[in-house]
Formats: sequence, structure tokens, C-alpha cells
Amino acid sequence: MATTTPDLPRSRRPKGAARPGDRIFSGLSRGSGITLLVIMAAIAVFLTYRAVLAISQDSTNFFTTFEWNPAGNPPVFGIAVLAFGTVVSSIVAMVIAVPIAIGIALFISHYAPRKLAKPLAYVVDLLAAVPSIIYGLWGAIFLVPYLDGLNQWLDTYLGWTYIFDKSSDGVARNLFTVGILLAIMILPIITNVTREVFLQVPKMHEEAALALGATRWEVIRMSVLPFGRSGIISASMLGLGRALGETMAVAVVLSPSFLISGHLLDPGGGTFAQNIAAKFNEADEFGRDALIASGLVLFAITLLVNGAARWIIGRRKEYSGAAA
Amino acid sequence: MAKRIDVSGLSAYYGTHKAIDDISMTVEPRSVTAFIGPSGCGKSTFLRTLNRMHEVTPGGRVEGKVMLDDENLYGSHVDPVAVRRTVGMVFQRPNPFPTMSIFDNVAAGLRLNGSYKKSELNDIVERSLKGANLWNEVKDRLNKPGSGLSGGQQQRLCIARAIAVEPEVLLMDEPCSALDPISTLAIEDLIGELKERFTIVIVTHNMQQAARVSDRTAFFNLAAVGQPGKLIELDDTERIFSNPSVQATEDYISGRFG
Ligand SMILES: Nc1ncnc2c1ncn2[C@@H]1O[C@H](COP(=O)(O)OP(=O)(O)OP(=O)(O)O)[C@@H](O)[C@H]1O
Ligand SMILES: [Mg+2]
Repeated sequence: MATTTPDLPRSRRPKGAARPGDRIFSGLSRGSGITLLVIMAAIAVFLTYRAVLAISQDSTNFFTTFEWNPAGNPPVFGIAVLAFGTVVSSIVAMVIAVPIAIGIALFISHYAPRKLAKPLAYVVDLLAAVPSIIYGLWGAIFLVPYLDGLNQWLDTYLGWTYIFDKSSDGVARNLFTVGILLAIMILPIITNVTREVFLQVPKMHEEAALALGATRWEVIRMSVLPFGRSGIISASMLGLGRALGETMAVAVVLSPSFLISGHLLDPGGGTFAQNIAAKFNEADEFGRDALIASGLVLFAITLLVNGAARWIIGRRKEYSGAAA
Repeated sequence: MAKRIDVSGLSAYYGTHKAIDDISMTVEPRSVTAFIGPSGCGKSTFLRTLNRMHEVTPGGRVEGKVMLDDENLYGSHVDPVAVRRTVGMVFQRPNPFPTMSIFDNVAAGLRLNGSYKKSELNDIVERSLKGANLWNEVKDRLNKPGSGLSGGQQQRLCIARAIAVEPEVLLMDEPCSALDPISTLAIEDLIGELKERFTIVIVTHNMQQAARVSDRTAFFNLAAVGQPGKLIELDDTERIFSNPSVQATEDYISGRFG
């Protein structure tokens, strides 16, 4: 034993010679990084190729057509209704979910006594873990009949707003119901992220407002919300991303049709993800290519929304709390 | 404006921990009183009981009386928010509202208190920034964010924000400890000017600073770690630094502490 020359202690190894562990690890991580990029590029190329194949065979304008019949002769299909339904249901969801989520997050982070805040935060976490199909079933079985009454009420008292004017009869399997359901589904994630941001507001910013004689609400307005602004936007975008792409819940609740109506309470409409889920199994290869094309449009919308959010966050960077 | 502070039998707690014990003192209007003492003896805690900021700390609790002229700040009908509007505070680290412009920072307290005409607001902001000796440096960029200023400028902005609402008393907790010597001198000069109009209480670890800016000095100490801090003596600054009446004060000031 004593005859073997001992290794140099690790810390005294010359700097230049990389240890085998380092080399293996850096090789592995670089390799997996490259693999990921290659896979993503392959997917993108494949999807774009199939989408272009489909769109080039479309006999009408892909972006303005109110119909989905790629199996027809000639094939007629377009995304107008899907884009409308996706955007409208997501807007409804955001309009409902964002203010409520901010309210809950503020309550948990700044109003609730600690004994209540913990369990409440836990419940919100739990809601985020419920699978979307469960929300969908709950929406179809419970929410739809329940909302019939609300829809009648909205029609009667807010019908003059046009969007709440119900022009045709039928149960509440409409974009408004989808929007409400999506709002419930994205509420937990928006709440959680904003709550985390609100909890990170430096104490010195809040005390600055307090020392001027601000009430609790004024502290929130002067210190908490401005500091949390970019976090609120990011959280909303996370929620919006989920709302735009939500499939099962929409597919279960909506009675799809290829019509665009500005009356939110009219049954029918469709979304990208719902349409893909509904049509994919029975579609032939060309039909699937057409669905892929619609999926790419959804992807483009999501990218656009994210870009816009980044731009909003970046625009007032010098005013953000990060510098202080 | 500028009122007398009269503290009697004041103790403050963090949960069950008693941080300061049975403090009584009087602070004269239009004077500067410095608080000195070793770290952890409760200077900040005591200062924060003077504008009811102590109780925003979870578990924070106060016993005793703080009279501002003839109103007890801890009276049962007193709204802590109203107290903080009459007793201003400047913190150790400059804390301008990062999302607000320089102008809006100074106007923030005014906007809380009521509605002002644009021209009134302009006047008060200008007067406050001049009062804080910052006007010349920022008059061309009032709409730029306050967080873009240097540390010393930010601290003077915070002072301008605090004096804009014309408080009765101005509390400062180590306002220069994050600043360079030149900014420190600027703020010390400013304190000399502000005491014409306000009652000022300042916490400092810098003996020279206490000697330079204050009329009266209070020395706090604690018997041992974990024990509550106590007021050892309060006297004219000159007296405290030349001939204090308690041995512990002399030991602390001459660096023979511990
Ligand atoms: N938020 C808090 N929660 C619990 N205990 C606290 C809190 N803040 C201060 N204390 C305790 O109260 C005592 C007094 O603290 P304080 O900050 O008033 O001292 P200080 O004299 O201002 O010290 P320094 O000179 O270091 O600023 C200390 O024992 C400290 O540990
Ligand atoms: Mg302190």
C-alpha cells in the first residue's frame, strides 16, 4: 500500500488539465443540447412541409374560409372560425381570470392572516394539478346547465351590448361558456405566479409607502403592483398560452360549428385545438396535413402573444424594480 | 409644524422578545436628537415606535405612551396611517419608488393626502427638492425614474419626498450609512437646515456625525445579547461627548466598549 504514489489532492491539480468527470459531463450536456435542437428543427421542418403540402391543395383561401372539408372535391378548408373561436374564448378567459387571480394573490400575500394564507395557497396549488379532462367533464355536466340561466339573464339585461345578445336558442355550449371554463382552468397558474411575485416585493419598497401614510391598499397600488407588473404579465401569458392550446375541456363542452357569431352566447364555433382533437382520428392523410397546418397557425399566434408580452415588459425596463 | 415628542414608559416587543425596555425621553421641537449605541440595542426599533411603523412587523407590539404635543400616538382612537402622515421617515437604504419618476416620487405623499392642482403640485415639488438640496441636479429630468439617480441623490430624493408633506417630525435611521463622504456631508448640511422647520431624530453609528449634526444625544445600551435595550442617558451633545454622566457612555464613545 505504502508504495503506490498518492494522487495529488484535487485542489492542487494544475488548472489546465480537465478532470475526466468534467469532460464527460460537458460532453454529455453539449450532446443533449445539440440533440434537442436537431429534434426541434426536424419537427419544425416536418410540420411546415406537411402544412405547405395541404395549403397548396386548398381550393379556397386558407385564412378566410368558414369551412373545414379537406376531403371534399375540391378540398375546401380554412381557419377563420377556429382563429376567431380560439381568440375570443381566450379573451373571455383572460378578462375573467386575470383580475380574480390578482385579487386572490393579493389576498394570500398581503391580507390573509398567516393561518389562512397557507391552506389557501395549498388549495390553489391543488386546483392547478387537476387534469383538464376533469374540468371538461365538470363543465359539460355541471357548468353548462347552470349557465343556461345566466345566459338568459345576460341576454335580457345586457343584450343591448350586442355581444351578450342571444340570437338563437340552444343550451350554453358556446364560446362564452368555454371562456368561463378556461378562466377557471388558468386561474390557479396565474394566481400562483403572481402570488410568488407579490411575496418578493422588497420590504423597503412597501415601507417607503407605509411611512408616507399609505393605507394597505395604497401600499399595494404604489409599491406592490408596480413591482409585480412584469410578473403579472408573465403569469397572464402563461395562462393565455394554456387557454389558447386547451383541447379536451373545450372539446367536451363546445358544440362545434363552422360559424362566426359576434354574439358570444350563440352556440357553436370552434378552436384550433378542439378542431384537431375532433377531426384527427377520422381524417385521411391529407386531412391530417390540413389539421397540421391549422396547428401551425395556433403556434404562430402563441409565439406572437409571447413576443408582445416580452416587448411590453422590456419597454419600461428602466422603471422596473430590478435596478433598485 | 415641529412638535415636541414626549415618550414615557415605552417598551417594544417582537413576539415574545422584548427589544426595548421602559424608555422615557423628551425631544424638543426644532432640534436634532441623535441616537447612538451598539448594534442590536434597539435604536431602530425605538425610532419606529415614534411613527407607529414598529407594529407593521409581524408580532410587533408596543406598550407605553408617545405624546406629540398633547396627542398620544398610541391612543385608542388614533389611526396609525394618520400618524405616519405627520411623522415622516427616511430609511437606511434609499428607497425611492422605482417605477415612479423623480417628480412623482416627491408628489407621492401629497397625492395620498388629497388632490392638488397641477400648479400647486409643481410648486411643492420644486420647494421640497430645493429643501433637500437636489433641485439643481434634477430640475432638467423630473420625468426620469428616481432609481436612475446616484445613491446620495436618491437619499436626498427620499428626504424631499418626506418633507413634501410638511411633517411635524422627521425620523432618520442611519440615513448616510450607504453613502460616500461627500453625499454624507451634503445630507448633514441639509439636516442643519431642516431643523429650522422640523423636529429631527437621527440614528447613527458615526460618532463624528452625531457630534456634528445633533443638539442632543441619546445613548442606548443593552446589558447582554438577548436582553432588551435601555436608554442610558440623554443630554446635550456637547456634554455627552465631553463629560457624560454615565461611565458606560464614556466607554462607548471613547471606543472602550465591551
Ligand atoms: N423583525 C424583527 N423580528 C424579531 N426581532 C427583531 C426584528 N428586528 C429587530 N429585532 C431584534 O430587536 C433588537 C433591536 O434591534 P434593532 O434593529 O432595533 O437594533 P439597532 O440598535 O437598530 O441595531 P443596528 O445598530 O445594528 O441597526 C435586536 O435584538 C434584534 O435582534
Ligand atoms: Mg438599526
